[in-house]
Amino acid sequence: MTIATIEQLHQASEKYGALLDMQHKKVLVCAGTGCVAGGSIEIYNRIKELISEKGLLTEIELEEEKPGIGIKKSGCHGFCEMGPLIRIEPYNYLYLKVKIEDCEEIVETTLIKGQPVARLMYNWQNKVYETQEEIPFYKKQTRLVLGNCGHIDAESIREYIANDGYKALGKCILEMEPEQVCKTISDSNLRGRGGGGYPAGRKWAQVVAQSSDIKYVVCNGDEGDPGAFMDRSVMEGDPHRVIEGMIIAGFATKSHQGYIYVRAEYPLAVERLKAAITQARQYGLLGDNILNSGFSFDIKVNQGAGAFVCGEGSALTASIEGERGMPRVKPPRTVEAGLWAKPTVLNNVETFANVPQIIINGSEWYKSIGPEKSPGTKAFAITGNVNNTGLIEVPMGTTLREVLFDIGGGIKNDRRFKAVQIGGPSGGCLTEEHLDLALDFDSLKKVGAMIGSGGLVVMDEDTCMVEVARFFMNFTQNESCGKCVPCREGTKRMLEILEKIVAGKGTVEDLELLEDLADTITETALCGLGKTAASPVISTLKFFRDEYLAHIVDKKCPTKNCKALNSIEIDKTLCKGCSKCSRVCPVGAITGKIKEPFSIDQNKCIKCEACLDSCPFAAIREV
Amino acid sequence: MGQMLVDGQRIEFSDEKNILQVIRKAGIELPTFCYHSELSIYGACRMCVVEDKWGGISASCSTPPKNGMEVYTNTPKLQKHRKMILELLLSAHDRDCTSCEKNGRCKLQELAIRFGIKNIRFGEREENLPIDDSSCAIVRNPNKCIMCGDCVRMCEEVQGIGALGFAYRGSNIQVVPAFKKKLKDVDCVNCGQCRTVCPTGALIIRNDTAKVWKDLNNKKKRVVAQIAPAVRVSIGEEFGMAPGEITIGKIAAALRKLGFDEVYDTGIAADLTVIEESKEFIERLEKGERLPLFTSCCPGWVRYAELKFPELKDNISTCRSPQQMFGAVIKEHYKKSDAEDGRETISVAIMPCTAKKYEAGREEYSNNGVKDVDVVITTQELCLMIKQAGIMFGRLEEEALDMPFGLASGAGIIFGVSGGVSEAVLRRCYSQKTSSTLKEISFVGVRGMDGIKETVVNINGKEIKMAIVSGLKNAGELIKAIQKGEKNYDFVEVMACPGGCIAGAGQPLPSSKSVTRQRAGGIYKADSSSQIKRSEENPMVIALYNGLLKGKHGLLHNHCACNSHSNEKES
Repeated sequence: MTIATIEQLHQASEKYGALLDMQHKKVLVCAGTGCVAGGSIEIYNRIKELISEKGLLTEIELEEEKPGIGIKKSGCHGFCEMGPLIRIEPYNYLYLKVKIEDCEEIVETTLIKGQPVARLMYNWQNKVYETQEEIPFYKKQTRLVLGNCGHIDAESIREYIANDGYKALGKCILEMEPEQVCKTISDSNLRGRGGGGYPAGRKWAQVVAQSSDIKYVVCNGDEGDPGAFMDRSVMEGDPHRVIEGMIIAGFATKSHQGYIYVRAEYPLAVERLKAAITQARQYGLLGDNILNSGFSFDIKVNQGAGAFVCGEGSALTASIEGERGMPRVKPPRTVEAGLWAKPTVLNNVETFANVPQIIINGSEWYKSIGPEKSPGTKAFAITGNVNNTGLIEVPMGTTLREVLFDIGGGIKNDRRFKAVQIGGPSGGCLTEEHLDLALDFDSLKKVGAMIGSGGLVVMDEDTCMVEVARFFMNFTQNESCGKCVPCREGTKRMLEILEKIVAGKGTVEDLELLEDLADTITETALCGLGKTAASPVISTLKFFRDEYLAHIVDKKCPTKNCKALNSIEIDKTLCKGCSKCSRVCPVGAITGKIKEPFSIDQNKCIKCEACLDSCPFAAIREV
Repeated sequence: MGQMLVDGQRIEFSDEKNILQVIRKAGIELPTFCYHSELSIYGACRMCVVEDKWGGISASCSTPPKNGMEVYTNTPKLQKHRKMILELLLSAHDRDCTSCEKNGRCKLQELAIRFGIKNIRFGEREENLPIDDSSCAIVRNPNKCIMCGDCVRMCEEVQGIGALGFAYRGSNIQVVPAFKKKLKDVDCVNCGQCRTVCPTGALIIRNDTAKVWKDLNNKKKRVVAQIAPAVRVSIGEEFGMAPGEITIGKIAAALRKLGFDEVYDTGIAADLTVIEESKEFIERLEKGERLPLFTSCCPGWVRYAELKFPELKDNISTCRSPQQMFGAVIKEHYKKSDAEDGRETISVAIMPCTAKKYEAGREEYSNNGVKDVDVVITTQELCLMIKQAGIMFGRLEEEALDMPFGLASGAGIIFGVSGGVSEAVLRRCYSQKTSSTLKEISFVGVRGMDGIKETVVNINGKEIKMAIVSGLKNAGELIKAIQKGEKNYDFVEVMACPGGCIAGAGQPLPSSKSVTRQRAGGIYKADSSSQIKRSEENPMVIALYNGLLKGKHGLLHNHCACNSHSNEKES
């Protein structure tokens, strides 16, 4: 079907809304990458099979007007720790860690009898949470960008339209001039969600100001930070929202071609985006003469080969052009000469996904969420040593404590919180002293971190911060494009020094050299990624210098993570002199007289820990 | 227009594209590895960083000047960063400086000295990548590469070839031909322009002097040299003279001291080229076929055409290049005396060009395994030989070249500069042979350093459209325009190197624009001081046509089906 006019769009919205209402019960099986890996597609198929057998299935795509049960593959519900997840409406039950064996019970008990399956529900401190909305993980969230994720069928344009989808586009075309659209986005203070926080409206206006008659809209979906998956979830769970945001950007900047650059490691996102683009074209919402307005806009999906640096604007556009993904010097900036040297709007997935709701609800509404200078919500991916890992969305300005403890459910295994790495390898770490810091673009910059794209890697007291710095430096060195000297050679040398330190071979001079290198890289590297490559080292050095010194001076890793610095010792008070350890030691480092305490020759010991397991008296320890 | 403050000094700027140019105008030599005004801004070495009044640091090469801007070029912070960058580069670089071809003329070495790098706080380079010496013109040593990308951009942006590119990421990055192939297996045309911008010893000219030394010391060999026009205006630069100074007399003296038996001028072969090519041109013009006629004296261009525009084969002149014409003539000339004396003639060409090495090795220029030109050495290699022999070039008394091949007309000499071939052909084709015609020709638009020159001349009542290009990217663009029908010419002169042979890759460095211009000045000066201006008036050329070349015009042309002379040679 083709939607040729705005009236038809409204009619379609009503019609599909009515069809959705026919589904008096809806089963939303999470089909985000995490849950899919946990087997959610099999679960989806099984439940579908069961309800079809009973003749209860109603499919919106078939335009069935008989009441029944709808089942859909939804976008990421966010509570990835507990996947595979199933939400059942209208009860709003959320079933966790569902297995294929649970399907029959879910169908019988919930879908037929309307009763909950309590054993599949969230249970925290002996309290069972019946509805999804009650669960603390969801309670404190404000899911706007992720509003549809987990609530509608991620593969259905009809459901998107039924949920006011493409209404913002209709509004732009029917009621607004391109300049007004730009102004609305400018007035809303929407800031780029890719990390920099540059005002999106200002960027659009700069593209409008260029005289070129060819302009491009590019969506950056090259989310490369380790531990970040916000953009992936939006592209997988609500692809039409991104597409709609891009079309609106095209309308506002008089561009007719858009590109979505997605990393090839996101096959599901690529598949859903491509399917969504095909649907939008079929419905006349993308392509020539959209909604009979005379405005034409089309979108192409480009796959990146998984280079972190391609998240940098000029490297990304080079990659789309088929060139090697290497950042270039600026000026000219992307807004002046971006893709194929034409003025280009380059925004991140989440930024575009914010656009439709701002158009519908207005800039004042948007500004009312979060702090005035950093309004709106922000999606975060919480991973690491935290109870509730997953995808969340909170208003900007929410404190780290709320995010980690209220939503994240605190640190795993009741360990103490130590730090959180925010902003990926370009960001820094935040510690206990920052727990009450309101998270927004400006506050984080002040403490030497950045919101980045929104990855939060939580670390507990057992994490070695020198090792964390080494991990990120290893990542940065591998992902450096190799163009400018400070980033290419500097990160290599920083990594070498960090490797030396964790191996117990570091010197105090190394620490100085590490700081000198960090300084040169930060001040002289060519692109944003290079300039921030040393951030994890700088911030760990700032907050955990003692840990570095312990490695260097005392030759000890306080968290015992760095094996090279640990020694294995026999507690003489516990050792009974049974000689078991001495017999398993492959290098003959353990000697002693039977029935007297044994000892380990540290010069011979290779720290294989074979003795540790062999001791029947737990007398051998790693210290 | 505007003003900015450089280290407190007020400097005016007008059309400078970046503050690096403004700073250099202020008399401050900011260090760079990857900045070349003729290439795009790359911004990778970060050596040219400057500090603003708020302590912000930016690369001057990629910062446009703004009125009221205030920058500092030598603050403690900048000194520290530059040293660090140099240390980082040196730690990743081969440290066998003493045995490096670039020793003493390496940019990295120069800046390490300038910034007083005495201690490198990092480890040494661990990997030892294989050296690519597959090419007959250029040797590539990746262990000395600092990834400034100058060669990559030169090959792509100026020569339009793209034989080199980057591979791998991070500190594993390498500059390599596509798919890590050998240089000889890709579309490299051997022009060597990459090596003219390489700051280190990563790209060097293949050194063929050992073979020459060997032959010079062998009494059984008659070692005959031909000296290309462009060599005489550049070689002095290596010995403290100004670019453009004409040193042909000193070269002759030096070559004799080195042991060469005969010293000749390639210019005489250029005269032969003028006569043959003019004839070919007039014939084609009359028949109206295979036009435009493309010149064939530049081997870089000929290779480029073969690789990228094979369809132009018939349009390219059948004339051999002057080097190869001369090679064939010399071998023919000494055939008899070699047999009588029991010696073997070794033909050595001294060229401003690396592609000439490739040309001499082409199959069609060998007869039963005997090459017409045995060895090609570049200006640079000759300088090395002169220095090795301890010859103080500057103090040499000028000597005359040997006869019968030591006399070239002015038309033959100007082959060394872009537009020279065209001008020489025009001198031949104009029926009026007065000195005012010469002047007229020099003003029709054939001279100058522009990459593409166009002119329309009137020869015998007929309008002739000519184009003169240098730089292969320019050539490629011009050909595309011709093929699309946007442009129409009768005669096209192509030189691979921007500015012609004077800027060849075998010349002393740097071959900057101003140096090239001075060398061109030298070439035109040599022309104006020569007694004979037109090729056909060269008595030695006349003697050749009446003697050695009688019935052997095939020595001057390439074998091809369209070439009637080829049969003559075989017979």
